[in-house]
Amino acid sequence: MVLMDAPQSKSRDLDKLLLRSGNLVGPGFFPGTDLRDDIREYVRVLVVGAGGLGCELLKDLALSGFRNLDVIDMDRIEVTNLNRQFLFRLEDVGKPKAEVAAKRVMERVSGVEIVPHFSRIEDKELDFYNDFNIIALGLDSIEARRYINSVACGFLEYDEDDTPRSETIKPMVDGGTEGFKGHARVIVPGVTPCFECTIWLFPPQVKFPLCTLAETPRNAAHCIEYAHLIKWHEVHGGKSFDPDEPEHMKWVYDEATKRAELFGIPGVTYSLTQGVVKNIIPAIASTNAIISAACALETLKIVSGCSKTLANYLTYNGGEGLHTKVTEFERDKECLVCGPGILIELDTSITLQKFIDMLEEHPKLLLSKASVKHGKDSLYMQAPPVLEEMHRPNLSKPLYDLMGRIEKDTVHVFGTALKNEEKQSSLTKLRVVFKEVDGVADMDTATWRMNSKRKTPL
Amino acid sequence: MEKDEQEPTMSEPTKTKYDRQLRIWGEVGQAALENASICLLNCGPTGSEALKNLVLGGIGSITVVDGSKVEIGDLGNNFMVDKKSVGESKAKTVCAFLQELNDAVRANFVEENPDSLILTDPSFFSQFTLVIATQLVEDSMVKLDRICREANVMLVFARSYGLTGLVRISVKEHTIIDSKPDHFLDDLRLNNPWPELKRFVETIDLKTPDPIAYKHIPYVVILVKMADEWAKTHSSNLPSTREEKREFKDLVKSKMVSMDEDNYKEAVEATFKVFAPRGISKEIQEIIDDRYAEVGSNSSAFWVMVAALKEFVSNEGDGEAPLEGSMPDMTSSTEHYINLQKIYHTKAEDDCLSMEQRVKDILAKVGRDPSSISKQTIKSFCKNARKLKVCRYRMIEDEFSNPSVTELQKCLASQDYSSAIGFYILLRAVDRFAATYNKFPGQFDGGDIEEDASRLRTIAPSVINEMGCDGYELPEELCNEMCRFGAAELHVVAAFIGGIASQEVIKLITKQFVPMLGTFVFNGIDHNSQSLTL
Repeated sequence: MVLMDAPQSKSRDLDKLLLRSGNLVGPGFFPGTDLRDDIREYVRVLVVGAGGLGCELLKDLALSGFRNLDVIDMDRIEVTNLNRQFLFRLEDVGKPKAEVAAKRVMERVSGVEIVPHFSRIEDKELDFYNDFNIIALGLDSIEARRYINSVACGFLEYDEDDTPRSETIKPMVDGGTEGFKGHARVIVPGVTPCFECTIWLFPPQVKFPLCTLAETPRNAAHCIEYAHLIKWHEVHGGKSFDPDEPEHMKWVYDEATKRAELFGIPGVTYSLTQGVVKNIIPAIASTNAIISAACALETLKIVSGCSKTLANYLTYNGGEGLHTKVTEFERDKECLVCGPGILIELDTSITLQKFIDMLEEHPKLLLSKASVKHGKDSLYMQAPPVLEEMHRPNLSKPLYDLMGRIEKDTVHVFGTALKNEEKQSSLTKLRVVFKEVDGVADMDTATWRMNSKRKTPL
Repeated sequence: MEKDEQEPTMSEPTKTKYDRQLRIWGEVGQAALENASICLLNCGPTGSEALKNLVLGGIGSITVVDGSKVEIGDLGNNFMVDKKSVGESKAKTVCAFLQELNDAVRANFVEENPDSLILTDPSFFSQFTLVIATQLVEDSMVKLDRICREANVMLVFARSYGLTGLVRISVKEHTIIDSKPDHFLDDLRLNNPWPELKRFVETIDLKTPDPIAYKHIPYVVILVKMADEWAKTHSSNLPSTREEKREFKDLVKSKMVSMDEDNYKEAVEATFKVFAPRGISKEIQEIIDDRYAEVGSNSSAFWVMVAALKEFVSNEGDGEAPLEGSMPDMTSSTEHYINLQKIYHTKAEDDCLSMEQRVKDILAKVGRDPSSISKQTIKSFCKNARKLKVCRYRMIEDEFSNPSVTELQKCLASQDYSSAIGFYILLRAVDRFAATYNKFPGQFDGGDIEEDASRLRTIAPSVINEMGCDGYELPEELCNEMCRFGAAELHVVAAFIGGIASQEVIKLITKQFVPMLGTFVFNGIDHNSQSLTL
């Protein structure tokens, strides 16, 4: 490197991107010290997970000009984390990951504030998530991703032309790794596909058929799962199996070994037992570092506009040579999580029964025998009989009252729909808007519009 | 002479700490890492992050070479330096941080500028297994490459430059037995069953009246039998035309009596294995035809075994490599499955014994100790014989002075590759710029940037011309962006590039999985990164 008098600024390198105008930049990019200082002072980023990806994300974001970070993780540090979760040492085993991670990064990068949250993501109020400009995910399960996705997309509002309202958009950057493979993606609710829109990307986990486990085991994994899923309950009755309890694991290993010997099957080891039962995913520092760096880079670009962003899914494979690929997935406009939902405008006097009847005739729905849910409340359930009876009184009440007399909200309806001449179970998201107008509901193919002067569709 | 691989012993606490990575490369791979010594040149974030990943993984030893002192600007991009270390040796500071990450690693530092070291003390590098050279300019890269080739030291280049960067391996030859491909067809030999397999298949009656037994016959048996019947009525040939293949598949389907016969469903899906061409793949054929397979006394164990493989294929293999020996899971009674497994296992062992004998004979023939290649190594070779890989890398100076013009033209013309080749050329162009003007374009703020940009836009086409392509110009916006980057070493880009470099190092040292070929050019703008083989 050529050595010359360099300006004594901590953000010597970042300044080149944030202070200088560029060519291949994001929309609304205003380079300058204001941008840099605003990122430092005002932008808040939430890092979900303080494990393999989370540790890297915190470091990467702290060294990318972000000063206000929060990190949430419900786990404690284990020895098997230490080959990659570099913020933790042997002495830290047992301590909450979020707290140690936050502390270590703050020790090394002065000026950055990291608030740790040692808790489950579900235990936080929704408002908590709304305080952040952008959320970076370093998670290891589909369920957790779905949860954060539904929360972030829940903030999204649409205006009358079904355009997402930009001030309600909560972007997310999501990363995942497994061995030498990984992915990084950008989710801008209402613009790019959300996690739910592309849920088909994640094939269901392959489980062994019960008859194989019970009758014709052929390999070590079959013997292990037999002990874990079948024999355990036979012997221990109601006691639930705890994979973190060494005695439980040893029991499964011993039983699996016995079964394997009985059938003449080789290969049962303690390590394999743990791997199968806990569904252990092999993990190394390098892949985590790569994927987190990609996510942090996108976070910086989305917030600052200093360059174009990833559109919108990066797959990475470093085991057989080195392969990266960018795919631009498209949104599912009817997505139940990030879509606007079909707009239905109603009079405040319409009863729940009438509403359910209307759904059957609505051209886009043709939904019969609908059950109706408003947020966490079931307003009406077609089945089972005991719940149907319990909710039956609601049918004669105005939907407006049942929904708490608010002007508009999201409602989910579930029933049997006629799609492509076939009857299918269907769950649909509806946007119900109440209007204080007299008259009868009309229908058209695009929206239902309450208008006392019209008797025919618009 | 090849050093034999001892079965390593690992303490329980260490096994636990490394559990998640042992599941990938095993204790043998881990031992290779722990025996390796790595030299890092320049410990800005690119180098530091690369080394961090290796230290966490338990690399044997590291030596950090960097002559600079920690500056305030480093606090903004390097996690391994902090306020207290400003003014101190960067190598010493980074080394101390890395040592703390894993006390099993031996961490050293040398406070010297790598460019000078390359000029004044080339023999310094011979002591290492591998050198990671970061942030070097073209001239130093070429010189270091010569030194490492000569000394037979593996070399990995890594560079971060604004939102771009590159990683390039430079090794004369890297042979891989345990390549662990993601997807590879099993070695069931349904298209070429050997006598013992045929005999076993004959003992099973497909037409059994017992419905339970019927649906627990493994598809291997079903297909070998049905293929044999077909051959009898088709002049000893297997289905080859599209019609024949369809006919055969329908024939298998027609044997299904009820819907729950998973074994027949699997058989229908596996018919393609009956049609697959016999014998070894083109890639393996190339390896056994390689001139290095004509072994001499200095040949590596790999090539000696390849020579044995060549003989095996032409003789007892009858066109096939040694049997891999394992079976995928399939619907079957336990008894049938275990019995079949034994048959595959036995043949694999027999093939391995033949290979062992051949290896011993070849070693003796070239004047080496016949037992110098262990049974274990030969066994692993046999198991992986269809998956062998040989990687060879051009020297940097050859690539620079004599790139493949057809590849170059293809990249320049392709939309997918245009930004990658653009950055590749610009990385060379900025080094030329620096050699002339004693700074990188856009390195400093102020009015100079415009002038630097226009100079860069002149230099870039001349690089392309030298590479053998006339009349090409790079998009102006790409050149301007390069100028905007001003040789910045951004932490996130450095972490990405360093991550890739560390992963390649792991593959090279463990000799498992397949290292990248060519030069990986990173595109941090839209992530359209590409590997270029020029």
